[in-house]
Amino acid sequence: MRVVLAEDLFLLRDGLVRMLQAYDFEVVAAVDTGPDLLQALLTERPDVAVVDVRLPPTFTDEGLQAALEARRQIPGLPVLVLSQYVEQLYAKELLADGSGAIGYLLKDRVFDPDEFVATVHRVAAGGTALDPQVIAMLVNNTGRSGPLERLTPREREVLELMAEGRSNGAIAERMVITERAVKKHTANIFLKLDLPPSEEDHRRVLAVLAFLQVAP
Amino acid sequence: MTSSITTGVVNNVQNTDTTGGRRRRNPLGMLGHAVRSLLRGPALAAFAVPQLLLLVAASVAASLMGLAVGALLVPPTILAVRGLAGLRRRLAARWAGVEIRDPYQPLPETAPGLQGAWKRCQALLSDQATWRDLLWLLVDPVIGLTVALFPLLVVGYGVLGLVLPQVWQSISDHGGNTWYLWIHVTDSAAAGTAALFGVPVMLAGLALAPAALRGHTRLAKALLGPTARAEALAAERKVAHLTETRRDALTTQAAELRRIERDLHDGAQARLVAMGMNLGVAERLVERDPEAAKQLLAETRQASASALNELRDLVRGIHPPVLADRGLADAVRALGMDSPLNVTVSAELPGRPEAPVESAVYFAVSEALTNAAKHSGASHVDVQLWYENGTLKAQVTDDGTGGADPSRGTGLRGLERRLATFDGVLAVRSPLGGPTTLTMELPCELYSRRTSSS
Repeated sequence: MRVVLAEDLFLLRDGLVRMLQAYDFEVVAAVDTGPDLLQALLTERPDVAVVDVRLPPTFTDEGLQAALEARRQIPGLPVLVLSQYVEQLYAKELLADGSGAIGYLLKDRVFDPDEFVATVHRVAAGGTALDPQVIAMLVNNTGRSGPLERLTPREREVLELMAEGRSNGAIAERMVITERAVKKHTANIFLKLDLPPSEEDHRRVLAVLAFLQVAP
Repeated sequence: MTSSITTGVVNNVQNTDTTGGRRRRNPLGMLGHAVRSLLRGPALAAFAVPQLLLLVAASVAASLMGLAVGALLVPPTILAVRGLAGLRRRLAARWAGVEIRDPYQPLPETAPGLQGAWKRCQALLSDQATWRDLLWLLVDPVIGLTVALFPLLVVGYGVLGLVLPQVWQSISDHGGNTWYLWIHVTDSAAAGTAALFGVPVMLAGLALAPAALRGHTRLAKALLGPTARAEALAAERKVAHLTETRRDALTTQAAELRRIERDLHDGAQARLVAMGMNLGVAERLVERDPEAAKQLLAETRQASASALNELRDLVRGIHPPVLADRGLADAVRALGMDSPLNVTVSAELPGRPEAPVESAVYFAVSEALTNAAKHSGASHVDVQLWYENGTLKAQVTDDGTGGADPSRGTGLRGLERRLATFDGVLAVRSPLGGPTTLTMELPCELYSRRTSSS
C-alpha cells in the first residue's frame, strides 16, 4: 500500500516512516511543508496520506488545508490527519464533503502501533476514524436537540464506536455483545437517522456525519 | 497655552471652511461669508432668552436646596443648562469650525429615588464645569449678546444713513437725535452728506460680522471648554487609569506564569522524571525479569500519554492552537462547539486584531460562555462579533434567568479587568428573568492576515 507522509519534525517523520515500513507500507513521499504535500498528493495519488495539521511555512493549519485542497481535486482521496490537538471544527470540515475515507487522530495514538496501523488501513478502505477525544467532546455536549435524541443510550454507544471507525466485530467485542446484536443496533440507527438504503460503508459515513451534526 | 489655542481656532476656521481659500480671494464668496456671519449673530443673541430663563430656574432650584425638593430640581436644571451649552458647542463646530470639548466629569452611576438624586446633585455641584456653565448663563446674555448683535446694528446704522434724506425732517420734528456720525443733520444738504456715508458704514458692519462671530466663539470656548486645569486633571486621571490597568495586567501575567510553572513542575516535568527512572529500572530488569520489565515499559508509555495530555491542556490555556491557526471567528466557533449549550456564532471581521487583543477577546468570550453554562440555566447562547468605528465588539446573549451582577461575581470582574488592559469595556444587561447580554468593546485596529477559509 502506497503512503504519502507529511510531518515537519524530523524525529517524528523518521519514526513514522520506519513504523509504516515495518508494517509493509510503501512510503512513496515523506514531505515537511504544505505546498510539498499538495504537490506529492496530486502527483503520487497514494492509497492513503498521513498528514500533520500544522506544517511550515505558516505553522498554522497548512497540512489540513493541503489535504482539503487535494480532496477537492481528487474526491475521496483517503487522508489520515494527525494533530497535537483535536478540534470538532476541523473534524467537521474534513468530513463535510460526505465521501468518507477520513481519519482524524491525536498524535498520541501512534503509541499503539497495531491500533494505529489498523486505523490507517480502515481509512484507506474508505472508512472514517475519529479520535475518541473528539467523540468525547461531542458526547459531553448533551442538551442539543436533533435526530440523535431518538437513539437509545445503547445505540448512541454503538454510534460513538462507529465514529471511531470500528467494525461491527470490534464494536461487539468492546461492548461484550454478539455481532448480530450490533447489526440490529446499526440497522436501527440508520432507520432513526433517516439514512437512505445504500451500501453499508457509505451509510456508516453518513451516520457519523449525523453524529457530528454536519449536513453532507 | 493661550497662543496655541488661538492659532488652533484660526487653523480650524480655515480647515473647516473647505472653500475658505477660494472664498477669501473671490469677492462674492467673501460677501456670502460675511452675510452668513451677520445673520448668525441674531441666532446666537437669541440664546439670551433660554439662558435667562435657565438662570432664573437655577436660582429657584438653588434657593430650595434646603428643602428636599431642591435636590430633585437641581439635577434636571443643570442637565438642561448642559443641553443648551451643548447646543452652543455644536454651533461652534458647525459655524466657526471650532471644536469645544465637553469639560464635564463623568457622572457616577446612582440608584433611582431621592437618595440617588441627592448623590447626583452633589456630583453635579462639585463639578467645576457646572459653575462655569452658570457663569456663561450670566456673561453670555450681556457680552455675548452685544458682540453677536453689534455687526447687525452697524449695518442698520448704515441703512439709517441711506434713508436720512427722507426721514431727517420727521426725526428732527419729534426731537430725536439729529447727529449722524460727526455730521449734525439740520438741513437736506447735511442729510445728503450723511447718506454718502451710509454704504461705507454698512460695509464696515459686514466686514465686522465674521470677526464678531469668531470673538463670540472664543468667548464660548473660554467659558464652555475645559480649563487648562481640568485638562491636566483629565490627563492625570488617564495616567492613574493606565497605571492601575498596567499593574493589573502585570499581576495577572505574573500569576499566570506562576500557574504555568507550577503545572509544568507538578505535571509533565514530574512525569518525565518518573519515566526516566522507570526506563532505567526496565533496562536492568530486561534480562533478569522480562515480565516485570515489560510491565514497567507499559507504565512508562502510559505516563508519556498523560504528560502529553497535561501539556495539551496547558497550551490550550496559554494560547489555543485554533486561535493561532484560524483567528478569532473560527476560534469562537470552536468554543461554541465545545460548550455544552447550543451556541450560534456570527462573525463579521474584515481582518485580525493584534495577537494580545485577539487573545483577550477569545478568553473573555470563553469566560462568558462558561458563566452562561454554569449559572444562567440557559439552553441557547448567541455570540456576535463585529467591527465598527475602530472598535471590536463582541456580544454574548443567553436565554437564561438573568440576574448576573458584576459587583458580586468574580468572573465578570476578571473579565472586566482583562478587557480594561486594552482600554476595553464590558456592559452587562441582566434583568431578573433574563435574558443576559454581555457586550464587550475594544478599540483596536484590524490587519489583513491569512484568515479563515470558510
